[in-house]
Formats: sequence, structure tokens, C-alpha cells
Amino acid sequence: MKFVDEYRDGAYADRYAKAIAEAVTQPWSLMEVCGGQTHAIVRFGIDQLLPDSINLIHGPGCPVCVTAIELIDKAIDIAAQPEVILCSFGDMVRVPGSTADLQVAKANGGDVRIVYSPLDALKLAREHPERQVVFFAVGFETTAPVNATALLQARQQGIENFSMLVAHVRIPPAIEAILGAPDRRVQALIAPGHVCTVMGDDEYAALAAKYHVPIVITGFEPLDILRGIHMSILQLEAGAAEVQNEYKRSARDAGNPVARRMVDEVFDITTRKWRGIGAIPDGGLCLKEAFASFDAERRFGLVDYSVEESTECMSGQVLQGIIKPHECPAFGGRCTPEHPLGATMVSSEGACAAYYRYRRAAGTGD
Amino acid sequence: MCLGIPGKVLEIQGDDPLYRTAKVSFGGAVKEVSLAALPEVNVDEYVIVHAGLALSTLNEEEAQEVFDALEEMAE
Ligand code: SF4
Repeated sequence: MKFVDEYRDGAYADRYAKAIAEAVTQPWSLMEVCGGQTHAIVRFGIDQLLPDSINLIHGPGCPVCVTAIELIDKAIDIAAQPEVILCSFGDMVRVPGSTADLQVAKANGGDVRIVYSPLDALKLAREHPERQVVFFAVGFETTAPVNATALLQARQQGIENFSMLVAHVRIPPAIEAILGAPDRRVQALIAPGHVCTVMGDDEYAALAAKYHVPIVITGFEPLDILRGIHMSILQLEAGAAEVQNEYKRSARDAGNPVARRMVDEVFDITTRKWRGIGAIPDGGLCLKEAFASFDAERRFGLVDYSVEESTECMSGQVLQGIIKPHECPAFGGRCTPEHPLGATMVSSEGACAAYYRYRRAAGTGD
Repeated sequence: MCLGIPGKVLEIQGDDPLYRTAKVSFGGAVKEVSLAALPEVNVDEYVIVHAGLALSTLNEEEAQEVFDALEEMAE
């Protein structure tokens, strides 16, 4: 496939690995923020091509993994209502809430459906005016424009049986929490190319300057990631701390202005609780007052759920790069993709699931 | 989750910006995609699609950069 296959060329990958090895004179720790990149790194063994002195820390960038347990419990309660069709991305239905997941809700008679897009959920609402169709809106900035599109269409067409359970999260405040931590190990950031395709680079320039870290906006294919690492290492070795863009073929400096305008029309920035991490100021999006009638939490009268997180699951530390998945005592034993204790073992982009799938045979994650 | 898949625009339908769609081929599999965020795309261009919405047009020249950068280093 064009724009995919050529970026997986092994000979070019080896040349980048060699260039990286030649540039490195001391140990460095880099964090790739996005779970899609973590998945690619583990799947293609990119970390194993690098010199031992480069440590890749896996970041919090999996929206499924950081969706608060309370929101999953709310989705389950909504799905239990007889008139409801609850629509969700596939990754979300097996993520454990406090006592069950959406798959269990479905087995108990709830009408839970996996959709590819919120626009498909909106179509269901059009086709079933007698039902309440609820879309579980999980995602980063990348997913906000399509959710905004669905709501703008719903409002214009007067589709009243459609609503969203909004779990949107924002990347820059989460990065700031990691960079601002007193015991921070991250020295450079591989920033998420699709978030920046929507949002552009200005929020990242401010972070690079404030915390003096190189930030390289990077794509998702193996050659992209290797080049993003190479650009980061050149900056680190030179003592620079700039925003660079490896993924210019998609991510422009200003992002996608049309998409940003739609997001601004529908959503406000809010404090949001991240699973395993806690409340992050400005860490999420919520519906603007003008769209309150599409808010599933209001429509179904759900407020103030509060759940204690399991102490056995260490996904909070995995998400912040403090431990690697195989260092969790439950990894591969009490916790597997069939019986996940935490969301990072469920989503294909969660670091625990990626290590389980690609690294278990090797015994360790290194 | 932030998976964005590159595909080729085959056909564009509709005039209203909020409802314009395209038929996009992903290595042969054709899907209908919203162009609500990409008013200026043309047939035959490649776009990044996420959850049914086209987010960007891929720039062919920039796409070469990942290879050119290596060639420059080798010189
Ligand atoms: S291995 Fe399982 S229990 Fe351990 S951190 Fe990962 S998801 Fe949580």
C-alpha cells in the first residue's frame, strides 16, 4: 500500500539505526507519547535496533487505557436501559470497569454495538428514531473532529435520539505532567503525528521551551519512528530543545484549521480524570453548553460516580514510563489479554498488551 | 486508537461542506469517508483517514524526506 509499505523497508531501517548509533555518545531516555507508536516499536522490534544506551519509555498515549473507570461504569449503566443502543469503538468493550465490562453488559441483554465511526452511530440514530443511540466518545485530539462532525450534523438535522458519553482527553497537559515531575527521566519526546495533524505544533513549542526538551512530531511507520529518534538524538547531543516535524507529509504547522474550528465549536477544555494517573487540569474536552442536550450524562441523569482503582494493577506507572510492563508482578500471570486487570492489557495499543503479544516468548521486554 | 490510514480519493460527492463525502480506496478496500474537515481535497490525492473522517492530504514531496535525509547524510 502506498504511503505504508515504503516506510517499512528493512534496508533503510538499518541505515537509520546505524546513523543513530553513530550519533550517540551517552545514554538518553526518550518517550514516545502515543500508543500507536508503542505498538509499532514493539511489533517491528525498533527498540532492538537501537544502541543499548537509548532507552525508549512508553508514554500515556492510549485513550482507551486512560479512560476513567467511572466512565466505563456509566457506559455499562446506560447500556442496561432497554431503549438504548450503546455504540463504541471495538477496543473499548473489553476494558474492565469496577465490576464488569461492556461485553458483559451485552451478554446481560444490553444492546452494545461496535462501530468504526461516530458517523455510523449517528446513522443508527436516524434509522431507529424510537431508540436512544449513545456514542461512547473516547479519544485524543485526533478523534475530536469526527465527533464534532457527528454532533454538528445531529444538531443541524434535529436528531434528538442521539447523544455522547464524552471521555475525550488532551495530550499537552499530560505531557506537561510528565515533564514537570520532580523525578522525571524523559529527556526528549517523540510527539504524536496524528494529534499534531489536527492541532499543529504551537502547544508543543511552549512545552519544549519551558522544560528544555527536544520534541519531534513523528509518524507511525517504522522509518518515521527511527527518523524521529534520530532527530531527537541529534538535538540531545547538541544540547538543543526545539520542536521539529518528522511527519510533514501529514502534519502542518497550524494543523487542520477546519477541524480545529469544528472542535472549538462543540467542545470546551475541562479537567479530566485519567485512569492510573488521576485528575489532569485541562486534560480533557467536554461538550459546550450549546450542545448540552447531546450530553448522555445529563440525558440519563448520571452524576458523581467515584471508584477506587485496583492496587494490583500498576498501569499508572506503566503509563508514566516509571516501569515497563513486564516489571509488573501480575504481567502474563494474573493479567493477560483474556483476563486483563488493567486497560493497558486490553487495548492493542496499551503497552502491556503490546509486550504480551510480541515479547512474551523472549521472556523479557528488553 | 489514533490510527490514521492513508487512502486514495476515488470520487467526491455532495456540496454542503458538513456532509461532503469521498469514496476512498485503502489498498483496494473502498470506504465512504467524510470530507467535513478537508474541503479542498481532489480526486487522486491521498488522505489520512481516522474513524471515518479525512484529516489531511498527504504531501508527496514531504513524503520523500524520510529517504532524502538518509541520502544527504551519506554524501
Ligand atoms: S500487566 Fe496487567 S496488572 Fe500489570 S500494569 Fe499491565 S494491565 Fe496492570
